[in-house]
Amino acid sequence: MWRYIILLWICLPVVLASEAKAYKAYVSNEKSNTISVIDTTERKVVGTIKVGQRPRGIALTKDQKYVLVAVGDDDTIQMIDTAAHKIVDTLPSGPDPELFTDDPSGRILYVANENDNTVTIIDIERRARIGDVEVGVEPEGMGLSPDGKILVNTSETTNMAHFIDTATRQIVANILVDARPRFAQFKDDGSELWVSSEIGGTVSIIDPIKHLVKHKINFTVPGMRQEAIQPVGIAITHDGKTGFVALGPANRIAVIDATTHQVQKFLLVGQRVWHMAFTPDEKYLLTTNGVSNDVSVIDVSALKVIDTIQVGELPWGIAISQR
Amino acid sequence: MLKKYDVAAKYRGANTWSSALIRAVITGTLVLILTAMLARSEPVTIKIGYIGAAERKTAISLVDLPPDNDGVAGVRLALDDNNTTGKFLNQQFSLEEMRVKNGTDPTNMVLQLADHGISFFIVDLPAEMLLKAAEAGRQRDLVFFNVGAIDDRLREENCRANVIHTAPTRSMLADGLAQYLVFKRWQQWLLVVGSHEADKLFADALRRAARRFGAKIVQQRVFEDTGGARRTDSGLVQIQRQIPLFTQGAPAHDVLVAADESEVFASYLPYRTRDPRPVAGSAGLIPKSWDAAHDQWGANQLQNRFMQLFSRRMTALDMQAWSAARMIGEAAARVASSDPQMIFTYLKGPEFALAAFKGQKLTLRDWNLQLRQPILLADGRTIVSVSPQEGFLHQFSELDTLGIDRPETKCLLK
Repeated sequence: MWRYIILLWICLPVVLASEAKAYKAYVSNEKSNTISVIDTTERKVVGTIKVGQRPRGIALTKDQKYVLVAVGDDDTIQMIDTAAHKIVDTLPSGPDPELFTDDPSGRILYVANENDNTVTIIDIERRARIGDVEVGVEPEGMGLSPDGKILVNTSETTNMAHFIDTATRQIVANILVDARPRFAQFKDDGSELWVSSEIGGTVSIIDPIKHLVKHKINFTVPGMRQEAIQPVGIAITHDGKTGFVALGPANRIAVIDATTHQVQKFLLVGQRVWHMAFTPDEKYLLTTNGVSNDVSVIDVSALKVIDTIQVGELPWGIAISQR
Repeated sequence: MLKKYDVAAKYRGANTWSSALIRAVITGTLVLILTAMLARSEPVTIKIGYIGAAERKTAISLVDLPPDNDGVAGVRLALDDNNTTGKFLNQQFSLEEMRVKNGTDPTNMVLQLADHGISFFIVDLPAEMLLKAAEAGRQRDLVFFNVGAIDDRLREENCRANVIHTAPTRSMLADGLAQYLVFKRWQQWLLVVGSHEADKLFADALRRAARRFGAKIVQQRVFEDTGGARRTDSGLVQIQRQIPLFTQGAPAHDVLVAADESEVFASYLPYRTRDPRPVAGSAGLIPKSWDAAHDQWGANQLQNRFMQLFSRRMTALDMQAWSAARMIGEAAARVASSDPQMIFTYLKGPEFALAAFKGQKLTLRDWNLQLRQPILLADGRTIVSVSPQEGFLHQFSELDTLGIDRPETKCLLK
């Protein structure tokens, strides 16, 4: 009897640990029109879901029931049931949706529609479009302040970060950043907003209260031409201390001290790295590498690339389940 | 308003003079503040002039005939983009379009537009006429954008300090093509040149490119333009017989490279040559700044916006004109001003970069104000490749492997 109990006590942490780490990563493959499902423990593709045309922006709903994926060439957002791995419904975005974000309650979705200079507001439960906000040319990046009060949209040709009051749906500030801003990310404490400029080659650190660019991060990779440095995806740790910036065709992730905004290190990943997502325990950071058709796994504490997972063609976005 | 108060005060008599004066002063101040506020909410207008040729260029294929609004349509789309951005910055952009007959002097037209408050001129004219326009604008600090003329001399011995070039040069186009042909190891070229001046200039650029990148021109032939119509009812029968005759007996070659800017023969070459060889240059695989099929790097969005506005596809000239108008918009947004000299200075400075859907930022060569840009290689259906090709290195910018580089330039900006 005691033997069994002891055995159980030995096994339990192992069972618990492996269970706690069994997250699923969903990767949108822009060219294949599929989602690759990765088991983050095994670091293997465990499933492939067929979706609409040109899937890019991807996220899970707060209740983890659905994976939402923007299929730009079908002008809609598809809802994938996470249990059945099947498309069960669609959301009425505007034309050519690309990136989106949901509010803290998980009920409202804000979508950037590249083709008609608007941000669309959607009630997820009712699957209904409940409003639009006119922004600059080619809206793309979407970031929401942690309290849900300020929505930031970046417009790629206007080169601005538009601050939208979510209560009044009015633009309250427009901040010029460098050319082709693609991604907007708040720190968890709301103290800073980071905006990446793909063509400008910089990340602007914006004070969201004063509406000012307080710092600009530049990247210099020895031996690499400046034009190849094209920042896109941004990920910041929950404690706000470390930032990661995907540098596109420079094939590297820049590691940033998020307090001093100094570049600490470059991590070599696959080709044309787009976006990133942390596992919920923040032990690993997964990156989508568009041209090499794979996902790199970064050990966050060691700051090392430890694995590469082959996925579909032109992987673009990534979302990881929270449980 | 102020006057009205004065009258009212007089009417009521002298004892109310002092209080009326105070009221008048207060009202006057209020009026001043209101005017200042109104002036601030009134958007600043930046006026742009477009001068294009009155005549339409001709082409062998109906598909290649330029539309009437070729070029200026690109400006209009860029102004839409600028005005959407301008909404947030209190800036507005307007356009005045004029056409000039080939061979005439555009000086008066430039001065007339300048009198309308225009400082920026987007110009699609042949080299000589462009130089006259630039000369006319020198005294009045007018800024010109050359969007149509690809002559290298406009960026070299005839460069001007008040002319920015968004059109690529012949040497940039030739280098972009040559890099790809060398990458393909199609290094033996049969060069066929038309008999017009522009054809010869393009052939010069192709010869220079072959020398630079290690291709060999095994033979050169001239296709004489003997006149005649491009559209006839039984032309095809003859062409099918003529082209094999013209291309027979050539030394061994990998590719036939044609220099025919005048649209006399090149489009007749593919599938009709004596030896089964690909055609490049003025037909077949064509180097250009933009193409209707280009959809990479977000270009799809621009193509969609263009199609929605004009119900046709966007040409290279449209793109070169779009780039010019967007440069003005981009600089005006950055300097937060409509002052032409501030805008021009920003464009020439190190901060300027244009996002133009070509996978990297476009910047200006400070020694001759030429816009650096990748060159697309299009076969009429798809984009085959984009130069600079991998492996063609440069100490400053790989885009400077295309065209005449700083150490070789003959330009002295003045």
